[in-house]
Amino acid sequence: MSRFEYAPAPESRAIVDIKSSYGLFINGQFTDATDGKPFKTISPASEEVLAEVSEAGPADVDKAVRAARKAFEKVWGPMAGRDRAKYLFRIARLIQERARELAVLESLDNGKPIRESRDVDIPLVAAHFFYYAGWADKLEYAGVGDDPQPWGVAGQVIPWNFPMLMLAWKIAPALAAGNTVVLKPAETTPLTALAFAEICQQADLPPGVVNIVTGAGRTGQALVEHPDVNKVAFTGSTAVGRAIAKSVAGTDKAVTLELGGKAANIVFEDAPIDQTIEGIVNGIFFNQGHVCCAGSRLLVQESVYDEVLARLKRRMGTLRVGDPLDKNTDIGAINSAAQLAKIRELSQVGEDEGAERWSPECELPPQGYWFPPTVFTGVSQAHRIAREEIFGPVLSVLTFRTPQEAVEKANNTPFGLSAGIWTDKGSRILWMANQLRAGVVWANTFNRFDPTSPFGGYKESGYGREGGRHGLEAYLAH
Amino acid sequence: MRKTYKLYIGGAFPRSESGRSYVVNDAKGKFLANASQASRKDARDAVVAARKAFGGWHARTAYNRGQVLYRIAEVMEGRHQQFSLEVSQSEGLSIAKARAVVDASIDRWVWYAGWADKLAQVVGSSNPVAGPYFDFSLPEATGVVAVLAPQDSSLLGLTSVIAPAIVSGNTVVAVSSYERPLPAVTLGEVMATSDVPGGVVNLLTGSASEIGPWLASHQDVNAIDLCGISSEDEARDLEIASADNLKRVRRPAEEDWTEDQGLSRLLNYLELKTVWHPIGV
Repeated sequence: MSRFEYAPAPESRAIVDIKSSYGLFINGQFTDATDGKPFKTISPASEEVLAEVSEAGPADVDKAVRAARKAFEKVWGPMAGRDRAKYLFRIARLIQERARELAVLESLDNGKPIRESRDVDIPLVAAHFFYYAGWADKLEYAGVGDDPQPWGVAGQVIPWNFPMLMLAWKIAPALAAGNTVVLKPAETTPLTALAFAEICQQADLPPGVVNIVTGAGRTGQALVEHPDVNKVAFTGSTAVGRAIAKSVAGTDKAVTLELGGKAANIVFEDAPIDQTIEGIVNGIFFNQGHVCCAGSRLLVQESVYDEVLARLKRRMGTLRVGDPLDKNTDIGAINSAAQLAKIRELSQVGEDEGAERWSPECELPPQGYWFPPTVFTGVSQAHRIAREEIFGPVLSVLTFRTPQEAVEKANNTPFGLSAGIWTDKGSRILWMANQLRAGVVWANTFNRFDPTSPFGGYKESGYGREGGRHGLEAYLAH
Repeated sequence: MRKTYKLYIGGAFPRSESGRSYVVNDAKGKFLANASQASRKDARDAVVAARKAFGGWHARTAYNRGQVLYRIAEVMEGRHQQFSLEVSQSEGLSIAKARAVVDASIDRWVWYAGWADKLAQVVGSSNPVAGPYFDFSLPEATGVVAVLAPQDSSLLGLTSVIAPAIVSGNTVVAVSSYERPLPAVTLGEVMATSDVPGGVVNLLTGSASEIGPWLASHQDVNAIDLCGISSEDEARDLEIASADNLKRVRRPAEEDWTEDQGLSRLLNYLELKTVWHPIGV
């Protein structure tokens, strides 16, 4: 199919003012790390160094936890809910005011298309703070008893795929419930978290209520294992989630984990075809497939397999891969060299195990980390690309004949985060939704998120929910 | 005629495959019975039975599950005397106090029975998302729950840890109090005669310390209640083993079984499923 040619339409990066180096945000101030080395954060689209960031060592983490404890005991814990709410509303407003800047910064640091950071990530960040702000003075209605209490200090570790959105999912409910926070952003995407630290300063948030410690796994481990952390919240890989669950064993720490997935996106023969194709594309190519709930296993009913595949391939041919800051870009850069290597490796395994690989012709930029949208057909349930999370723009296609078979295949995974159903038949949607062992089921849509809507997994996709009243429950002792 | 105390697995009453039994004494040290001492293999058989029963039990209507739990209470009432005697002997209580424990246990089943068809309304939600979507969240059973039952409270405690798991559609493998297993065996006989499908509740008598690690590391168990473990080191090790497939863990805590139980144990065995659907013409 012929493609419309577009002139480049890059969003200006002049709006962001990235400092050459950043300290840790502890007790309301940017401070130098005492026992860690600085590391660089780069733009994955160009490999350009964006800034130097401090690695927090155990002593820094300890300092941050002590600041959070003090703020919890002296200021934030005793504060009236309605006053906490005002800070959160102010933060939400500041995010809206600085939305364009934050979107550009996110796309620069993460590699995601500006269309997504501008239209999805940052608006949802503001929405999360608005939503939870309103809960701060209504905790007794949250369903955990008449006198709900915060846990205390929350240690939170977030991933690089939705850096600022994951920050909002973690910090907004924690603060609304009256906890104070030490948050560690991912080592490849620290910049919007550091911008958020500035926003906390602009909102006059009392020192120590939010602390941001940058670093890699070692920093995260020091945080979740810190004896004075009361609540641990983690989003990331199942392997790390498992290690965290082990490390908190025998303590009193409360834990919520939002981990990996291998979602089935199930297409029945009566599905509205155009919407379905868009849904499949959104399901796996949104955010370069760096989505824990990505629809990475496409299950197609045999009778429409040929048509779905032909249309899907045609649509994939129109996807624009390239400059994340270009407003026409559909697929941006892979977040890091390490992630690119993992996607390449698993794709190679897919070929080696006998699945057929296809990508549209597409020119990838010479610099940076890129992977073309890819589909594998002839995939069996035993193939690693049907079982393991690839976390990239790689779709595995399987087929089924009956709804029962679709359910069996969809549930045949240790994960259980999300699933998609495409059909015109309402009763079938509800029957399928009932049978699927997954925490989020999208029917005739995919990858929708909202602060009012609880999100989280079954089985090895973790436990606890984020979003909605249930997301608040995770930050209240009960 | 004296009774033989056996395990209860998949709706049947087998002896332990290991052929082992152990002496159960009353609170004063006088011989009461030989109980089957469940083994790793028995625990695995029980998990298989519980997994097999899960689909059907979970698919029952909430109304029906509630009725089945009420039926357990009714059938227990008919065996009130037997339970009272066993509780009295096991826990060293006077018959009057043991009767009160049996009453409280029956009341507990009734309390939980009523939750079956109310949970979704209290725990679920309709979510007002900012877009043209109908979005709702419903609680759903997590699957197979392993329960290491309290060591002290042989009937009321046991009831209080099994009922909150099965009322929402989970199936259970429970290890009874080691020294006080007789009420658990009799409860199995109640299960067998009160419309509870075989495999929904499986009762093992024996040592939680011996069987617990196999249940905690079992890949087809979704949640575990460590209530009956008093050693902190053991509880930590079981929690570590449970992390392997990310079981939902209920840590041991001070519990007062005579008090209102609240919902926290029940919630520990629930998943929340959120469903989105577009609204349009």
